[in-house]
Amino acid sequence: MNAHSSPLEEAARLMTVCNSCRYCEGLCAVFPAMEMRRAFSAGDLNYLSNLCHSCGACYFDCQFSPPHEFNVNVPRTLAEVRNDSYAHYAWPRPLAGLFRRNGLVIALITAASVAAFLGGFMAFNDPAVMFGAHAGPGAFFRLMPHNAMVALFGGVFIYALLALFMGLRAFWRDMENGKPLPPDAPSLWQAMKDAGQLRYLDGGGVGCMNADEKPTDNRRLFHHFTFYGFALCFAATSVATLYHYLLGRMSPYPWWDLPVVLGTLGGIGLVIGPAGLFMAKKARDPMMMDDTRRGMDAAFLAMLFGTALTGLALLVVRATPAMGTMLAIHLGFVFGFFLTMPYGKFVHGLYRFAALVRYAKERQQEAHATGE
Amino acid sequence: MTREGAEAQTAAEASAVLGRRWDVLVVGGGNAALCAAIAARRDGASVLVLEMAPRFYRGGNTRHTRNMRCAHDTATDTLTGPYTEDEFWDDLKRVTQGHTDEELARFMIAQSKDMLGWITEQGVRFQPSLGGTLSLGRTNSFFLGGGRSMLNALYQTAERLGVEVLYDAEVVDLDIADGFFLGAQVKHGGQRHMVRAGALVAAAGGFEANIDWLKEYWGPPAENFLIRGTPYNRGTMLRMLLDKGVKPVGDPTQCHAVAIDARAPKFDGGIITRLDCVVFGIVMNNKAERFYDEGEDFWPKRYAIWGRLVAQQPDQIAYIVFDAKSLTSFMPSLYPPISAATPEELAGKLGLDPQAFAATVANFNASIVPGGSFDHTVLDDCRTEGLTPPKTHWARPIDTAPFYAYPVRPGITFTYLGVRVDREARMQMADGSAAANMFAAGEIMAGNVLGRGYAAGIGMTIGSVFGRCAGTGAARSVRN
Repeated sequence: MNAHSSPLEEAARLMTVCNSCRYCEGLCAVFPAMEMRRAFSAGDLNYLSNLCHSCGACYFDCQFSPPHEFNVNVPRTLAEVRNDSYAHYAWPRPLAGLFRRNGLVIALITAASVAAFLGGFMAFNDPAVMFGAHAGPGAFFRLMPHNAMVALFGGVFIYALLALFMGLRAFWRDMENGKPLPPDAPSLWQAMKDAGQLRYLDGGGVGCMNADEKPTDNRRLFHHFTFYGFALCFAATSVATLYHYLLGRMSPYPWWDLPVVLGTLGGIGLVIGPAGLFMAKKARDPMMMDDTRRGMDAAFLAMLFGTALTGLALLVVRATPAMGTMLAIHLGFVFGFFLTMPYGKFVHGLYRFAALVRYAKERQQEAHATGE
Repeated sequence: MTREGAEAQTAAEASAVLGRRWDVLVVGGGNAALCAAIAARRDGASVLVLEMAPRFYRGGNTRHTRNMRCAHDTATDTLTGPYTEDEFWDDLKRVTQGHTDEELARFMIAQSKDMLGWITEQGVRFQPSLGGTLSLGRTNSFFLGGGRSMLNALYQTAERLGVEVLYDAEVVDLDIADGFFLGAQVKHGGQRHMVRAGALVAAAGGFEANIDWLKEYWGPPAENFLIRGTPYNRGTMLRMLLDKGVKPVGDPTQCHAVAIDARAPKFDGGIITRLDCVVFGIVMNNKAERFYDEGEDFWPKRYAIWGRLVAQQPDQIAYIVFDAKSLTSFMPSLYPPISAATPEELAGKLGLDPQAFAATVANFNASIVPGGSFDHTVLDDCRTEGLTPPKTHWARPIDTAPFYAYPVRPGITFTYLGVRVDREARMQMADGSAAANMFAAGEIMAGNVLGRGYAAGIGMTIGSVFGRCAGTGAARSVRN
């Protein structure tokens, strides 16, 4: 009703409307969590907004969604609150501004990172090495010493983990809002199952709604490609690290070896998934979208896509003179990805998981209270 | 974009659609209309649905519904226990106080058993009863995502089967000769078209959104009524059918009215403007006088009397007054209550006389028999003595600041006047004959079984059962 209210104010208004209707209770976790409350603090709203998977079902099922004068647009409002929450919990605080023109920020950081690797490779290597063909174990490290690689990527990875952890901690405390519910094994396991299946991206069972009220499971499918692709790439890196330090086997590995197989499958997932999600985003009903932050979504998808594509390209050209250039580009993407992890859409996974843990705990408590 | 079934997009397409001869013409776009369209189409008929509302507002009052009441012999995933035909009949007899056609009602109840399965086959999904509605968990099946979700599923099924749907299409005249439907004149996109069809299904709702019609029975007070549902139920189909010799049913002067928040919009405020708190306080008119026993019976059993009671008060407005003790005892609603530190201040905010208001509160408080133990889940022993009117249960002093009030007005849900049908959903003519090829379903004929009162979810039962009958009957009449 009030077009000028902040996303938090609008979300508080909507939750009051929705709490007096409750028709959407069976669609996802947001509405049952809402029903456990009667007033909504900023922490509550940030919690609910991150619990929302943006499946869109409540928008098309709602008798009060626009153009109705009650203007109930839960997916859009919670997207705005959620996107604000990423900046709100960013660590260190001064870097919250990176969420503002996030697409541009990430593009610039990535471009700089790729340029630095290309420049560095050329500065430190003889042209014959940079543009020569290399084969056999240790081929990559002729361009960049292994220890330098470990120091650089290990450093940025640890920084990213720290920043992510600090943001997550701030979010968790805000969510608790004076009512601590420490996670336990059952709630963590429940949240892992819910996140692993994207249980709440199914519109209550028929599939999520994107372009119109006709349900489709496309977004869930492409998100699975993306998430499990990412997990496989992470596994590939982990196995390679173990090979290196435990078995003393240096990359590149033959195509049939575990790290390459995992990485290739993961890379394919990370090409198909983000491309599919990007197409779905383009088809989405604009009424449901936070149109001030589309750059962030696009940047994250582009980073995943670019990292995967350059990784696959590296696999293809690794025995040719193009290897040095491609390695620099790929490492530039990976470095840019790590560096921007805490300042982009990547955080949605952590916050949504945390919200699912909290929700699992609240459900436990509620079941306990009603003696079920 | 692929088009399964169809939905005419352009004026040219719409003209082509309206120019074709159809087997079955369905007028209306809610649950009853869609059940009729699907049933007729499944029986092989070509079907055109004319919905007067624009696409977003399609479906009339079905948009605002949340469940349907069907008889069932055992508990299911979503129903907590059996609800026999006899129990359903007893409930219907009680709420209508006998104002029902027993043969039709029993037929509908018997058919309702089959309806949950049938409607699920049309893509509608169910869930256990909603938070705050546990009392309906055994008898009523709740739509997952509510009435609009249910409608979306029915529309998708209808379109997939090849039913044609036209929005913003208002029927303005009917060509009927001796109970035989020949065609309908339709206004669409600023033009009039004559649509010919072999049979008619009228499923276009009641007339509760037609204030002028309501004023015929209620006089000027009807101007102050709020209409809870669709603004498109103006009763044009009902009026035309009655004028063309179809036999009426139901008391034209009656409508289902509940007390809803006076701040609600004139139309379409829906469920979220309802107030479940009468039993927790006292209700005054704008003279700051009480006028009825607020503790007479359980909410929502006495839900429907309050609309009528408020309609009889000056300016058709009243105020539910309660205190801090009760604030969280009932379902929240859209608008926050008006609050103040003292009864006098509250009266000032409501525009009522502070002295009279405070005196009514004090008088009520002083009349409460001490020692009662408050329990809103039973008819408890908290009552007044020597007060007129009394509050016979749940009487607790209104003495804990802050003090709260909700202004309320009559909110009209539906009207009872309809067209007479038989168990085939075939319209009956005033001269005693049966219409050859005209059928009716939903609110437009609900008065056949629901002549008075209301039971949660029964409107959807009437719509689905008679909708399917009407569709099947219409398809059959075209084949013969």
